[in-house]
Formats: sequence, C-alpha cells, structure tokens
Amino acid sequence: MGRRIGRRAFLAGLGALSGAWAAGCRRRAAISRAPLPPGASPAPTPPPAVEPPPVPNAAQAQRYQGVQLTYYGDSVGIGAELDQQLGARFTQDTGIAVRVIPRPQSASEAYATYLRFFQARSAAIDVLLIDIIWPGAFAPHLLDLRPFCAGEIDQFYPALIANNTVADRLVALPWFADVGLLYYRVDLLERYGFAAPPATWEELEVQARRIVAGERAANPVFTGYVFQGNAYEGLTCNALEWLASVGGGRILERGRVTIANPAAAAILDQARGWVGLIAPRGVTTYQEDDARNVFQAGNAAFMRNWPYAYALAAGPASRVAGRFGVAPLPAAPGQPRVGTAGGQQLAVCQYSRAPEAAVELVRYLTSAPVQVYRALRGSFLPTRPAVAADPRVLAAEPFLGPLQAVERVTRPARDAGARYNQVSTAFFQGVNQVLNGADAVQLLPRVARRIERALA
Amino acid sequence: MSRPRALGRLVLYVLVGGLLGGLLFPFYWAVRSSLTPNSALFTTPLEYWPSAPTLEHYQRVLRDGQFLRALLNSALVAGAVTVLSLAIGALGAYALGRFRFRGRLPVLYLVLSMTMFPQIAVLGALYTMITWLGLYNTLWALILTYLIFTLPFTIWVLTVFFASLPRELEEAAYVDGATPLQAFYLVLLPLVAPGLVTTGLLAFIAAWNEFLYALSFTQTPDQRTVPVAIFAFSPQTGGGFEVPWGQMMAATVLVTLPLVALTFVFQRRILAGLTTGAVKG
Amino acid sequence: MSEVVVPRPRVPTAGAPRAGAPSLAARQARLAWLLLSPSLTVVLLVAIFPLVQTVVLSLTTARLASPEPARFVGLSNYAALLGDYLFWQSIGVTLQFAVITVSGEFVLGLFIALLVNAQFRGRGLVRAAMLVPWAIPTVIAAQMWKWMYHDVYGVVNDLLVATLGVLPANVAWLADPTTALAVVALVDIWKTTPFVALLLLAGLQVIPEELYEAARVDGASALQQLVQITLPLLRPAILVALVFRTLDALRVFDVFYVMFGERPDTMTMAIYNQETIVAFADVGYGAAISMVIFLIIGICVVAYVTLLRVEAP
Repeated sequence: MGRRIGRRAFLAGLGALSGAWAAGCRRRAAISRAPLPPGASPAPTPPPAVEPPPVPNAAQAQRYQGVQLTYYGDSVGIGAELDQQLGARFTQDTGIAVRVIPRPQSASEAYATYLRFFQARSAAIDVLLIDIIWPGAFAPHLLDLRPFCAGEIDQFYPALIANNTVADRLVALPWFADVGLLYYRVDLLERYGFAAPPATWEELEVQARRIVAGERAANPVFTGYVFQGNAYEGLTCNALEWLASVGGGRILERGRVTIANPAAAAILDQARGWVGLIAPRGVTTYQEDDARNVFQAGNAAFMRNWPYAYALAAGPASRVAGRFGVAPLPAAPGQPRVGTAGGQQLAVCQYSRAPEAAVELVRYLTSAPVQVYRALRGSFLPTRPAVAADPRVLAAEPFLGPLQAVERVTRPARDAGARYNQVSTAFFQGVNQVLNGADAVQLLPRVARRIERALA
Repeated sequence: MSRPRALGRLVLYVLVGGLLGGLLFPFYWAVRSSLTPNSALFTTPLEYWPSAPTLEHYQRVLRDGQFLRALLNSALVAGAVTVLSLAIGALGAYALGRFRFRGRLPVLYLVLSMTMFPQIAVLGALYTMITWLGLYNTLWALILTYLIFTLPFTIWVLTVFFASLPRELEEAAYVDGATPLQAFYLVLLPLVAPGLVTTGLLAFIAAWNEFLYALSFTQTPDQRTVPVAIFAFSPQTGGGFEVPWGQMMAATVLVTLPLVALTFVFQRRILAGLTTGAVKG
Repeated sequence: MSEVVVPRPRVPTAGAPRAGAPSLAARQARLAWLLLSPSLTVVLLVAIFPLVQTVVLSLTTARLASPEPARFVGLSNYAALLGDYLFWQSIGVTLQFAVITVSGEFVLGLFIALLVNAQFRGRGLVRAAMLVPWAIPTVIAAQMWKWMYHDVYGVVNDLLVATLGVLPANVAWLADPTTALAVVALVDIWKTTPFVALLLLAGLQVIPEELYEAARVDGASALQQLVQITLPLLRPAILVALVFRTLDALRVFDVFYVMFGERPDTMTMAIYNQETIVAFADVGYGAAISMVIFLIIGICVVAYVTLLRVEAP
C-alpha cells in the first residue's frame, strides 16, 4: 500500500488546483469579454467536457450483438480521440464490438490502402472514412445505403448527398463538412478606410494593394492575399472557387469538359497577376498550413482557407486573435458566392461480413446528437442543417454564420469516377503553370484535352 | 611555419568551419524550434533562440508512450536488418571477393539490380507477398523488405574490401591447416572490420529512416517506426491540415542525438587503426 | 593503371587431381555458391517476384480495384510512353538533378573523407558532425528545409536579407523555376554527402601507410600523393560510392515530393511513377514506367563501369 496523502496536503493541493482553474476561467472570460473591433468574429467557446451521446438506434442495432466491426477512422488528433470514444459508447449501448484503426494520414496513402483492400476483396474493413472526392472512385466497392437510411437522407445537405450518389446508389453518408472561406483583417480594413470585406475579386485587389503599400514600410514581408497555390488537390479547390465564382463553369458538367471558356481564362490570368504583387511569389508552393502561418503571424491581409484555421487564428498562439473576420469568397457581380466543399464521409464496404451492423454504426456516427458532440468537442462542421442552426454549435463555431451565405460547390469527382485523380492532376498542374507565368488562354485548351483523354 | 603554410592552415580552418556550419545548421534549427512555443514558430522577425523557451513539445511527444514505442520498434528493425545484412552480405562478399567462378559477375549485377527499381514499383508486389506470408502489420515485414536496399551495397562494399586484401593471407591460413570458413572467420573478417562498421552504420541508418514501406506495411500505431510516428503527432485541430511542427522538431532532436552519439562511438573504433599491422610485410 | 584484381585461387601443391574427384575449381565454385545461397534466397524472395510481376503488368491495362478485368495489350504501354511528354520531361529533370548532386556529393565527400583521415585539431568534431544530416529522416529533413526556404518566414531569407543584407528582398527559392532545382540539389547534397564520405573514408583506411612514406621519401608533394597514390587505389570505393549514389539520385522521390508536390516542371521519374501507380491506380502503365526507369538506371551503371575501367570489384 502506497503512502497515503495526508488530509492537509490533499486540501492544499485541491486549493491550488481550484485557484489555477479559476484563474484560467477568468483569463478565458477576459479574452472573450475584451471589446472586439466591429466586424471581428468572436473566438469559439472552449470545448465542454461532454460525454458521447447515447445511441438513438440502439434497439435495432442490438439485433447484431456480438459482431466485431473494424472502423478505419480519423488518423490523428481530436478526431481520432473522438472516434475511440464514440466507438466505445456504441459498444456499450449495443454490444457490437468496434475496433477503431486510424487510417494513414496522407490522403494518397489512405486512398492506396483502401484500393489494395478492395482489390483483394478483403473483409478486413467494415466502416471506412472516405474523402469527399472518393465516392465516385470507390462506388463499386461500397454498399448502397439508401435501403437502410431512406428516412434520414433529406436531413443532410442536398449537395453532399448528391455528391455521394453514384448511379442512383447512395454509397456514403456525409459526416463532416468543410467549405472554403475568406479570412480578412478587420483592423487593417478599418485603418485603410474600407467598410466591408471585398465582394468581388477586383475589390480584393484594390483593398490588398492599398493595405500592402501601407504596411510594407514597417513590415517588409507583409503580403496581401495568401491561398493554396501548390500543385496538389488543394489548388483544385482554390481554382474551382475562382472558376465557379465568375461563371467559368465547374470543370466537368454533365460529362463535358467546360474549362476552356473565356471567363475561366480571364480569372486565371487575373490570379496570375496577383502572384508577386498582392500574393507572395512563393504562394505557388503554399498548402493550407503555410498560408495559415503567414496570416496568423500577422503578415497577410487576406487568406483563403478552410474553417480549421479559425480556432487556431483565434487561439492564444495567434497574433491576429480578435482582429480578423470571415466572409464568403469574392465573386463576379451577379455570380454566386461559392466555396469548395471538403470534408469526409462514412461508407460501408461491400465485402464486409456484417453489413447491417456496420450500417447501424454509420447511422449512429452521422446522427444529430453525435454531430453536435463532435462540433462542440472538435470544431467539426455538421452536415445536417438542423445541427448547424443549434445555438450551442453556433457558439462553438462562429464561422457558421457567414457560412450560410456560401453556396457549396463540389469537385467533379462523382462524374469522373475512378479517373478523378487524373482529371484533378491535369487541372491543378495547368493552374499551377498559369500561376507561375503561363498564359491561361493558350494553356486551358491543352488542359481540357488532357482531361478528355483521362476520361476516355 | 612559413607564410604560405600558415595561410593554407587558415584556409583549411575556414573551410572546416563552413563545413561544420552547413552540416549542423539544420540540426541547430531543429533544436531551436523544439524549444520555441507555437506562438513564435512562424512569426517574423525570426528569433534565433526563443525568448520564452518551453518544454511543452517534448512533454507532448513523450506523453502517451507511442513515440517511445516507435523508437523501440525502429531500434529492433534497424538492428535486425543490420545484423542480417552483415551476416548474409559478408558471406556473399567473401565468395564474390576471394573466389573466381563462373557467374561471379552476373551475381554481382543481379544483386545490384535489386536497388535499380523505384520503391513504389515493387511496393504492390511486396504487399501481396507480405500479406500472403501473413506478415502484414508486423515488424518482420519491414525487416524482410529493408534487405532490398541494405543488402546490395553491403555486398558490394564488402566485396571491394575482401578483394583488396593480399592473397597471401589465405595461403598462410591454409598452410596452417585452416578450412576456407575458418580462414574467413578468423583471418579475413577482422581485417575488413572498417568495411563492416561502415556498412553496418549505413544499413542501420537507412533502415532507421525508411518511410514508404514502414507506412504501407503497418496498420496499427503500436507497430509504427519513428519516421511514421513523427508524422502522426496530434495537432490541435481536426481535419488533418495542421502540421504539429513543435512536436515534430522535438521528436527529431530526440531521435538524432542518440544516433549521432552511437555513430561517434563506433567511428572512433574504425579510425583506431584496425588495419595497420595486420598485414605481414 | 592497374585494376583491382580478384586473387586467383591457389594452385594445388600435390599432383594432378584424382580422377573422379571434383576439381579444385569446381569445389571452389560449389563453396562460393553455398556462401552465396542466403543472399540469393533474399534476392529471389524480395526482388525476383516483384520484377516478374512488374514485367507482366506492364503488358496489360491493369488498374487497381477496377471492375473491368485487365487486358493483355503487348507493348502498347511502352509505345504510349514514347509519346508521353511529361515522362520525357521528368527524365530530363532527374538526369539534371543526378549529375549535379552526384558530382557535388563526390567532391564534397572526398574532401570530408580526406579531412577526417588527416590529422588536425577539431577532427573529432567533424567526425561526429558529418553523420548528422544522414541521421535525420529524409522526409523530416525535406520538410525542415522547405520551411527554412520559405519566402515569408524562412530562415535562409532572414539570414540573407535581414541579418546579412546580401540580398535586397526575400526570394521565393522553391517557387522560382530558376532556383528550384539548385535548392533541392543543395538539400540532397547536404543529406547524402555523409554516405559518400563514409564509404570513401572506409576505402582510405585500407591504403597502406607505407606507400605514402615511400612517396614522401621520394619528395612527392601532397597533391602528387593524392593524384598518384590515393585516387587510383581508391577507385573501387569510388566506383561503389558513385554507383549507389547515382542509383539513389535517379530514383529520388521524397525531397522533390515534399518540396514541390506534383508540379510538372520539377517532377522526377519516381514521382511520375508514383503518381501513375498510386493516384491514378493505373498499375499497367505504371509498371511500364518502372521498367523504363530500370533500363535507364541500368544504362548508367554500365556506363560507369566502362568509363572507370574498373571491373566490378
């Protein structure tokens, strides 16, 4: 038997802990009560200590008691932690054992891993977490969820459900969403006399140029607009936003390649003009975190990024906490304000030996209480409009407000099917070349031909 | 010391200084970054030494024990690969370096051809083989597949070493009544010790740093090796976009220091003049 | 210049071999094959099977996890490769990279090996420091260098612009096509020079000291000693170092992928291969690419062996 802690020591320790906790609370309250510049988005509320919610469909799921499921879930971080807790709760309520395995972290490695399992028709996976651009490629190997979830389908965002429906089969349920947003420095807009964040790309240029000219004197590395310009899938997301916001089409529409049009060429040439002037020359090597680091250190006036950057930019390690806001990305006059849809879906493998049990797990994970739970604990965007309107979720994810005005545009993954990666590669390589100096008018027809050959 | 000589010495020291600086700068940068809090990692102007150094990155790396487990796995795999490569390679190099027989050159080139394929090209076939042998998600998968790139240069380097030894050594041993294997083990092997240490070191580090196969043939966190584990640190946010730099740098420092210390110890041994005096006039 | 000759098997001291008994040469050969059997088993297991599978796949239209079955199409994948502009561009990039890095690593590696072999103050420090680049995992080192070359918060720009004032403004080292290849070559040279240095150092150890003493007695300068004694006797070690470094340089993947992704003008053969096999799941075409890469590397090895006039060790 170990040394027993004396009562005095215990009370002293308790006192110290309470003092520290209270001080922390005061500090957090102080941050949230500090006056924000008008327009600045509030910091998200800190995650509460909540338990995973009970399983709504426990009664049906208990029919499959004793089954063992393998769930390939989130690889790292809070997502992986929540997966473990949700899996444990599901087991507790239904008696179905869930083995949670973190999938490989890099997207291409996860894609390859899944393909290898499908090639071997392996029963080793039951439920899998798949990227929003994979349902088209994986459709032959995934179970049609429509017969099981018919009543719930209209509770999700229609664009996401349409994205996951391949040849009239719903192969995955949307689990959490992501949308491209414009982050902007509220204090700099105020200082240079701009009333609101830019609504068009021209306004963005004007505002960025004036701010950069003013800030460069004191800060030689200050830059105007940072986005993801590296030759990778993220550039497809950025460039799709450019195209869709000026009526340049959406790469692939009803089976036809539509990118070789004047509006698309014009916006790409315009984007090329930003590089070196309002965007740093190195933006063609930036991925999400590179852009976020520049913005978060106070070295950029505008940033295009996913919502994940919000909590970090509002956090204690950030220099722009309390001084930035989010808005939909600019668009040409008369065109919709769009953001590329990202996020992950949950699917059931065709070759699973316990498909009904697997479907029950998917239904639990995508249920409204779990989406609220994940929104509060991990800032994951819900895929149910009802959850997105929940006040607790709105407080935890303040960017959901501006997000309502954004039309989600999905990449042509469903139409391109298993050839999507080739289509996307041809596209982002072309855009990357334009950003690095090539002429869009001449390059776009060549890119279109490459895409057509890939689809043939 | 004459003027040109002193100048030559000065130039030498300047070159050495520059060399050391170039070799060590990234390591210094890793140390500096591992002690820098997240709020000062990417801000400008840069701090060359953190004004508020913190140990939080090291704490987070060591907290859940997964990284330590990965260190153990890497040590096991790299150690096993090194021992296997040296054992198999030394025997093969002895044959290739001291015997003349038909098929000697083709074997040398066959061994070399193992490393002439890009890693990704053989990955699919290796994956099939590994699953068929039931080795998926075990360290044995890695030990077996790492031989692909450690064995070729081990065999080639040791063949050079064996071939460069004078042939009187063996004849002396045979005169003393030794069998070829005894000649190998008692006479020749000690003489190629610098080669053994060199290839052992290089094989160890190559196996330690390998990423692609370690990623493809393991599934659960308890079978991860160090490079895979470094990329699996938990960032604060979900979605997989954030790169937890501080922790990665702390892990890099934790991994590099013992390796350098290990090599420093072995380096002194190979440069202690093991070869001198072994060859009788 | 003498070659390094493999010692001939010893001549039997007794008379002619007994009739019916295996000759000495045959016994030697049998022993040699026995000693080689573990190596050959490994080769068979981990190399032959993938090689055969790659050859077979390259003649089909196999795609990973595709519902359509693979069709045998003979050499049409290779014909398509001939007209694949991106592939030829990647070969060019890779060859440029290989030439720059292998020569840089060779010169620097030789310098370090000679340095560490000589006597001077601080040699212990260089000995320990020289392995640090090799000890850091490649993917980590590549990420670190990418960060250090960042155009806004990178330390290279900070040193050159803010601290030393050598350059007027930050340079986007990785984005600018004129500096991109130089930067990645520098990173690779930093990373793998220790490998070359260590191999050459080991080779320097076996050169007998007496040769140098004799040369000094004859009045040879340091440079003459280097050129006439060291380099020729180091030739086998140089060959091994060059061959393996070139092999690795031609298959380079990690550094380029981390720094540039799938950017077309900095794509290497291995990245194109990986992209085809993994991202596009086109394993048939990817296998053809692998075979062509294998061929290119094989040509380079043969070229080395011919040019250096050293028969393999």
